[in-house]
Amino acid sequence: MKKVSTVNVDRPAPSLAERTYLVPILKGLAVTFRHFLRNLIGQKDVATIQYPEVKRQYSERLRGRHILTTKEDGSLRCVACYMCETACPAECIHIVAEEDPNAAVEWEKVPKVYEIDLLRCVFCGYCVDACPKEAIIMSRQHEMAFSNRGEAVVGIEELRQKGPIDQEDIGYRPYF
Amino acid sequence: MTVSSPRKTASHPLSKLLPSEVKATVEQASDDHTVITVERGQLIDVLRALKEHRELRCNLLVDVCGVDYPDRDRRFEVVYHVASLENGRRFRVKVPLDEGDAVVPSAYGLYKAADWFEREAWDMFGIRFEGHPNLKRILTHEAFRGHPLRKDYDPGQRWQLTEAEEMVPDWATTTQDGDDHFETQILNLGPSHPATHGTLRTVVRLDGEVITNAECEIGYLHRCFEKMSETHEWNQVVPYTDRLNYCSSMINGVGYTTAVERMLGIEAPPRAQVVQVILSELSRIMDHCVCLGANLVDLGALTNFWYFFQPREEIYGLLEACAGGRLTISYVRVGGLAHDVPADFEERVRYLLRYIPKFIDDVERLVTSNTIFRDRTEGIGAITAEEAVAWGWTGPCLRASGVPYDVRKAYPYRGYDQYEFDVPIASAGDTYARYLVRMEEMRQSLRIIEQAIDSLPDGPTLTDDHHVALPPKQKVYTEMESLIWHFKLIYEGIKVPAGDAYSLCEGANGELGYYIVSDGGGKPYRIKVRPPCFAIFQTYPHMLIGHMVPDSIAILGSLNIIAGELDR
Repeated sequence: MKKVSTVNVDRPAPSLAERTYLVPILKGLAVTFRHFLRNLIGQKDVATIQYPEVKRQYSERLRGRHILTTKEDGSLRCVACYMCETACPAECIHIVAEEDPNAAVEWEKVPKVYEIDLLRCVFCGYCVDACPKEAIIMSRQHEMAFSNRGEAVVGIEELRQKGPIDQEDIGYRPYF
Repeated sequence: MTVSSPRKTASHPLSKLLPSEVKATVEQASDDHTVITVERGQLIDVLRALKEHRELRCNLLVDVCGVDYPDRDRRFEVVYHVASLENGRRFRVKVPLDEGDAVVPSAYGLYKAADWFEREAWDMFGIRFEGHPNLKRILTHEAFRGHPLRKDYDPGQRWQLTEAEEMVPDWATTTQDGDDHFETQILNLGPSHPATHGTLRTVVRLDGEVITNAECEIGYLHRCFEKMSETHEWNQVVPYTDRLNYCSSMINGVGYTTAVERMLGIEAPPRAQVVQVILSELSRIMDHCVCLGANLVDLGALTNFWYFFQPREEIYGLLEACAGGRLTISYVRVGGLAHDVPADFEERVRYLLRYIPKFIDDVERLVTSNTIFRDRTEGIGAITAEEAVAWGWTGPCLRASGVPYDVRKAYPYRGYDQYEFDVPIASAGDTYARYLVRMEEMRQSLRIIEQAIDSLPDGPTLTDDHHVALPPKQKVYTEMESLIWHFKLIYEGIKVPAGDAYSLCEGANGELGYYIVSDGGGKPYRIKVRPPCFAIFQTYPHMLIGHMVPDSIAILGSLNIIAGELDR
């Protein structure tokens, strides 16, 4: 095997000063005391967030709870092509398709059932990557609480976009 | 199924190094391994020759695993991976076995590292290893029926295990020479103990306060990673790899996609490779922060834990800005990255380069020369270089014993050979040496990141080969052909050429290897992960003997056992 450049990190035996225990402890105390004073005066270094009063600002890519986007007329963009269901590694999406009764052209599909089991979901975003219609995107909502398992299976009405898309807390969605 | 055999050479130059009576086929595989196929009767001869021949000197048993081919005449194959840390040669030894007679001689006598790997192959495939000192199930429960990685095992069946397991090993209740019967007792460390940092159970036998014998039990976090990857497409495995070593999930994904890309014969674009290096090294720093922080907490030095978790928090912030997730990021894909990094990536990485060293320095000042800490850790859990290699150790724990083996240097991937960095080594091999090596490794990782961010090229972050990677969304919306590729890839998956390959990367805790078998379909036929801490943890009970209970906690913390990759 070829020679690799190494650096030896062995340390010499403790010096006389170190063997008194007192000197290293005082050196350590200097570090903790510096932190103590800085935190007492400025609090600039404090990484702790006073959750839930204060919340962290997440990036625009955060993968939270899903949103099913709608067209201008309020109907779902989803065409029940099963791409997200196929791409899902956790197998948490369940779709039942039906023919769209209000279709402008013949043979338009819409989802009759679109369910996501949020307890199975691993929030990997593969459904968003798979969707060819930008019909499923993710929000930044990551605080979800349920009182039973059934509640965690959410359907079209719970997932549907609530208002104009720019007023939703949008997270992960296709990047171009 | 058929798996294509590696390129045949009439007479491989290495075949003459094997003993003359051995009948084995020797071939060169495309993944830089020499493949030796041999009957089980001569397996030990071959392994001994590999280990002891002065031109080969394969001192490290990397992995032992089984593969099930129900359509072949001889159903099972036991695959050994051995490597030489001196000359860098790597071998794959295959032993075909009949279904009715799946027995091989154990390699434990030659390589101690075979201990748990053989137990795992027994557990998962029902292959018996004759002469193994303690052949029992390891990842599944004692009362489990069947062998889950066999292809005919139905993963959907469920039953409740109602039998209570006999949790006390035989040696625990029998008298040993020199026992002081007033003082001898059995103690359970874990499985749910705050100091085990994961669900691991260790039964120790105490004579007074000194441990006289110990045994570990693992598998509490086993979630069938390898079985599940056989039912998912190649890219769908990426989120599962995040959960192997969850302290540095980026590295697992990079290792896995590197393995698949090598089988496909493609390379990720340069920008993706550099970003992967940067985020991998940041993940390595995070992993060491957790390991050292937790180790120090166990020794009563809580402050350092806070100091280390502050940079970790900032790194998670960056990962979240890139990938959209903090812990399980699922950012890599076969062929590059899921999407490009955010616009302020470079600025944030440079900020981290200034920010992280302050905290490493603080811990350095607090702990490194602290005499109490040195008294507590020096000479504790010491292991010699020969022993460590025999047990299959890799990574910082091996380097603390003085072996400068680092996959990034020995078998560079993702362009690691372009960066200048040193491999930290120590000589004592004890808990203190492992601490020192990890501290220096963080600084070396910062060096790599600094060079990588300076050389970050522009360009795409995902290959434009649409047999492998999804086309850009804009094209999917507007072009018929891209839409077809998009559908085909999601529904059928990537078609990885049939064959097998072992690919390795430097995980935060050592050599993380993926042995992948493909049958040419859209899903992996078999993925075997070689988790670094699996080999390291099998040594733990042997290291404990003669130490005291508080020392066992110090040793465990310094080994950096992550249950996610240990149990898979």
